Amino acid sequence: MTTFGWPEAYFILRGASWTIALTVIAFVIGGLIGGVFAIMRLSRSKLLRRIAAGYILVIQSIPVLMVLFMSYYGLSAAGIELPPFLAASASLAIYASAYLAEIWRGSIESVPRQQWEASASLALTTPQQYRYIILPQAIRISLPPTVGFLVQLVKNTSIVQVVGFVDLMRAGMLVNNATYQAFQIFTLVGAIYFAICFPLSRLSRHLEKVMNASRSH
Amino acid sequence: MLFQDVISRWPMILNGVMLTLTLSFVAIGLGIVLATLLTGLRSLAGAWAGYIVDAYVELMRNTPFLVQLFMIFFGLPQIGIRMNGLEASLLAMTLNLAAYSTEIIRAGVDSIHKSQIEAGLALAMSKRQVLQYVVLQPAFARVWPALSSQFVLMMLASSICSFVSVQELSGTAAIIEADTFRSFETYIVVTLIYLVLALSLKLFLNWLGHRIFPQVSGLARLDTKAEAA
Amino acid sequence: MPAVLIENVHKSFGDLEVLKGVSVTVESGQVVALIGRSGSGKSTLLRCINGLEAINSGRIEVAGHVVDQDQKRLRELRKDVGIVFQSYNLFPHLTVGQNIMLSPRITQNVPTAQAEKLAKDVLAQVGLSEKFDSYPDNLSGGQQQRVAIARSLAMQPKVMLFDEVTSALDPELTGEVLLVMEKLAKDGMTMLLVTHEMAFARNVASTTIFMHQGKIWESGASKEVFANPQTPEMLNFVSAGAK
Repeated sequence: MTTFGWPEAYFILRGASWTIALTVIAFVIGGLIGGVFAIMRLSRSKLLRRIAAGYILVIQSIPVLMVLFMSYYGLSAAGIELPPFLAASASLAIYASAYLAEIWRGSIESVPRQQWEASASLALTTPQQYRYIILPQAIRISLPPTVGFLVQLVKNTSIVQVVGFVDLMRAGMLVNNATYQAFQIFTLVGAIYFAICFPLSRLSRHLEKVMNASRSH
Repeated sequence: MLFQDVISRWPMILNGVMLTLTLSFVAIGLGIVLATLLTGLRSLAGAWAGYIVDAYVELMRNTPFLVQLFMIFFGLPQIGIRMNGLEASLLAMTLNLAAYSTEIIRAGVDSIHKSQIEAGLALAMSKRQVLQYVVLQPAFARVWPALSSQFVLMMLASSICSFVSVQELSGTAAIIEADTFRSFETYIVVTLIYLVLALSLKLFLNWLGHRIFPQVSGLARLDTKAEAA
Repeated sequence: MPAVLIENVHKSFGDLEVLKGVSVTVESGQVVALIGRSGSGKSTLLRCINGLEAINSGRIEVAGHVVDQDQKRLRELRKDVGIVFQSYNLFPHLTVGQNIMLSPRITQNVPTAQAEKLAKDVLAQVGLSEKFDSYPDNLSGGQQQRVAIARSLAMQPKVMLFDEVTSALDPELTGEVLLVMEKLAKDGMTMLLVTHEMAFARNVASTTIFMHQGKIWESGASKEVFANPQTPEMLNFVSAGAK
């Protein structure tokens, strides 16, 4: 039996870099999908609005774990073999897309209606309105909750260890299987998650304060 | 696709559903009580108590539920505290939910104007009575929607307890999947059940909110966003 | 051809009919004031003219465009019809200069250098040349409203609509905005304005229309309408509103 030492700690840290990579990929892909759903949710077409609302409701009402199982075990049974990293990225991206869509829809809706009217009156097309007037303001509004959601995303990446992908969590479990020093190992693993998440939480809260201050001014 | 193999195991699935619901409701009940105590401690006891509560809340909110669960299930035995998967799950869920709920309830309490408390004291209420009737009740009414979302998220997160061999709904799914080799069918059925559970729980909590806080519609609701556990 | 032609327009919000058959003709170069109590339908009428509200029946033609809800035709119309709002509605994330240059650049493909010159010209017209690089938040209400007028002017509109543009302003700031509008009127701009400034309507507008309960109750040459109200409602309104 090995004991918990520097090589093990290094192994865990390498897992942490995969956790960050996974978060970034899920955020970028999930953000792209989520952005489309946010705009669909606000579309003039009732059908598009319904589809987007349904998608968001369903994804937010099932465990991320089930999304992961469906894309990994489910698809592999159907003959589509996804490598663990792909399955993990895909399911986390799907999960993120629903929450980001909802956050961003809220942000877009909190841009005053008059901004739409004023820009429409200046003959801007709908895409132009989004690009030049609405999105620049909505993005500012969305920053605090978006950063806050990143914390949720980082934490949720921990479940992908179940498909064998060696992220921070799985690295900790593997070291535990070799050393049986669970207390120290999971303290370290928890501390690393905390080191990633806590600054993001503080940043989110700070941005919110800045935003509130500039709104009342 | 063959759903028969999966659906024919419905008694097992039903057991899983019951365990998921039991875990969730017990954790919700204990979590609220603990969160209320922590909120009270934070505002009534000295500054140091406040720091400890804050540290606890931040610690729980900034680490994954899975790490918390493993810490309790695998880590604590090393210092002599042993429990089975079910007990560890209940403890982890309660501690996790309590931290999020403390944060939500705090926002509700902060929204109660100081003059309300002064008015209560001026009416000869005791400090405890003011806390109960003037602060906590209206605060809870305001944040009930946010708490409800948090409860639903906790129910969904309870699926993670299958990692410590608890036979709740997703744990059941793993067994059926291993039995039948019908992965896709199994997970579709179980996902649909989660969907129904989440939507029903949401409706139930809405209804409950209107029952216990009849004034809920009259109060400005706080737009505190629930967050995934 | 008249600059604005409104024929028997009806408009409802749900069960509430706010315009009950309104007809108005505005000739090129004319300044028309719409007055009346809140809820009389005057602002709604103005918003129908550039298609911000869709009408239920009737017909509106402005600057040679028929108003309908086809987005492409609406955009063509809005290049020729400016509107200024009560709440200014400047874009807070853009500087004054950017606010003004945006639409000419992206909807009319005016080259940047030319758009900048245009913006400076219209800013000079409203007396705010030095504010080109300021953000709206750093301007007073009166200054913001003058920028909003400049932003509309930069589109080189044929008709300008003003929707209670001084109602949100402190009394000491309304003067600077009214002055800008008066200058525009003298320069021959076709203007339709919803206003509570009776003195401005009487002295600057050539025609005044009094709306009541979704209908045109009284209209005519401003001096005449104010001097000799024909209906008790108008008399009541004018004497109550006299400042």
